[in-house]
Amino acid sequence: MGPSGGGKSTLLRVIAGLEAPDIGSVDIDGQDLTGVPVRERGVGFCFQHYAPFRHLTVRRNVAFGLEVRRRPKAEIREKVDELLDLVKIAHLADRLPAQLSGGQRQRMALARALAIEPRVLLLDEPFGALDAQVRQQLRVWLRELHEKISVTTVLVTHDQEEAMEVADRLAIINEGRLEQVGGPAEIYDHPENEFVLKFLGPATHLDGEWVRPHDLVIHRDPNLGGQPASVERVTHLGFEVRVDLQLSGGGSCWVQLSRGAANELDLNSGDKVWVARSGITAPSQGLTAAVAL
Amino acid sequence: MTGKWKLPIRIVALGYVALLIVIPVGAVFYQAFRHGFLVAWHAVTTADALHALWLTLLVVLIAVPLDTAFGVGVALILSRRRFPGAWLLDAFVDLPLAVSPVIVGLSLILVYGKTGWFGNWLAARGIQVIFSFPGIVMASAVVALPYVVREVLPVLQEIGTEQEQAAATLGASPFAAFWRITLPSIRRGLAYGVTLTTARVLGEFGGVIVVSGNIAGRTQTLTLFISDSIENLNPVGAYAGAVILALLSLIVLAVLGKENEGRKHRWRSRSEESPSDLEELSLLTTSVSMSPTAH
Repeated sequence: MGPSGGGKSTLLRVIAGLEAPDIGSVDIDGQDLTGVPVRERGVGFCFQHYAPFRHLTVRRNVAFGLEVRRRPKAEIREKVDELLDLVKIAHLADRLPAQLSGGQRQRMALARALAIEPRVLLLDEPFGALDAQVRQQLRVWLRELHEKISVTTVLVTHDQEEAMEVADRLAIINEGRLEQVGGPAEIYDHPENEFVLKFLGPATHLDGEWVRPHDLVIHRDPNLGGQPASVERVTHLGFEVRVDLQLSGGGSCWVQLSRGAANELDLNSGDKVWVARSGITAPSQGLTAAVAL
Repeated sequence: MTGKWKLPIRIVALGYVALLIVIPVGAVFYQAFRHGFLVAWHAVTTADALHALWLTLLVVLIAVPLDTAFGVGVALILSRRRFPGAWLLDAFVDLPLAVSPVIVGLSLILVYGKTGWFGNWLAARGIQVIFSFPGIVMASAVVALPYVVREVLPVLQEIGTEQEQAAATLGASPFAAFWRITLPSIRRGLAYGVTLTTARVLGEFGGVIVVSGNIAGRTQTLTLFISDSIENLNPVGAYAGAVILALLSLIVLAVLGKENEGRKHRWRSRSEESPSDLEELSLLTTSVSMSPTAH
């Protein structure tokens, strides 16, 4: 995961053998495959725009890898039927790719890549070209499918929510550098640098440090401590409320509150409040809990 | 276009085509059969006429595959590889269209003729290029060289390399990827290019007359036979020969027409059935580039 142009896709293509690395090596299953040509690596690659074979039917697309391996016809047929069932496009087997919707085409590309029983599955922005609703559905579906087929999968995305949802391990890449590798919770809670922190979710500045806006609390009691501030704007965003603050000591920050907490505080622009990190000042943490109830 | 102008424009367009193509070609057919079918038949079944027809077909059979293989190869190189001087190759491909075929013929004589650069070397090995069959094939192949490249290159650029890369990840060798993926993708552009090439080779005159020596019964192609017949006051032979040449071209064009028909049909059925994502639209528009470019 990383911002566009950071080198994610290039790295994926290097793993597949579609690009050659200037330095370093590619090991799969502990085997050095750096000099091995693409066609012998046994990697399943799903292109961002699926790269369907436009002149072949869905069935022939999926069968391609087996056909070039000259497997027996009956075996190919059986295997392809199985895969089409798995990705739920069996009823579209005789269509051309142009007659499929984006999501269907995406699943066809996945079945095609899985047909060769790859050692590793590489997905380049698999949901990038789909609209938001289809993307959400496919994400859940992919996660389930992945539990079924158990092939190590490397998925490239610029969408942190997507990455958090589908991945067991995340690697953050920026400007060609690997910033941090770890589990989603681990990286979110313990970002190693400012870039990772900001990239993974909203961040704001308080007391000279970066902090997540939902880790901040607001209260009206001067005795509870924290930085004095005045409310600049209150924005209601459905289940959450964003409060922009002007700090009395100079600077600004913003706080993410639940709707309940915001209602309880009854904030209006111009109000004098105190803001603190919820983890640092224990009393204010207690207050948030109380307020949230 | 307003309704007021529709009719005049149509008349001008059709009149232009009629004056330049339909009426002259029709006149050739009329002249050929004016004295009856048998007279025309005898005129084109003389030994010289039959040999000219046979030679023309033989030239087509060799020059067209040469130009096809070369054309696809050059189009692949120009679209898939970046190298210094690519623009030069690109420009050279068009040269035969830009210069007169007579110049092509003359340049072949300069290089391969008896006093040419390679003439002695070839003659020493018993190979005669100029005033002989190889020269005719070479001249024909050169003048018809650009068509396949110009038809196939834009299609290759349009389809990109992703499908070939996908084929490679699935285990296809470069040859298998070309055969199973690239070739079917460029098929229509290639068919159109081959058709144009064939038509061009069939009708080639200027380059061939320079290199062939125009020896009746030996190095005379059909176009040369027609020209000779006129000079030798054998109008029926000329017109009947012209009819044969025209028929050959019509056959070639009919094959092209069929190919075009299939293409239109496929587009229609595709646009009707495909789901209406925006993305599908982009796929549809990219295949439009396969339409023939005008020469």
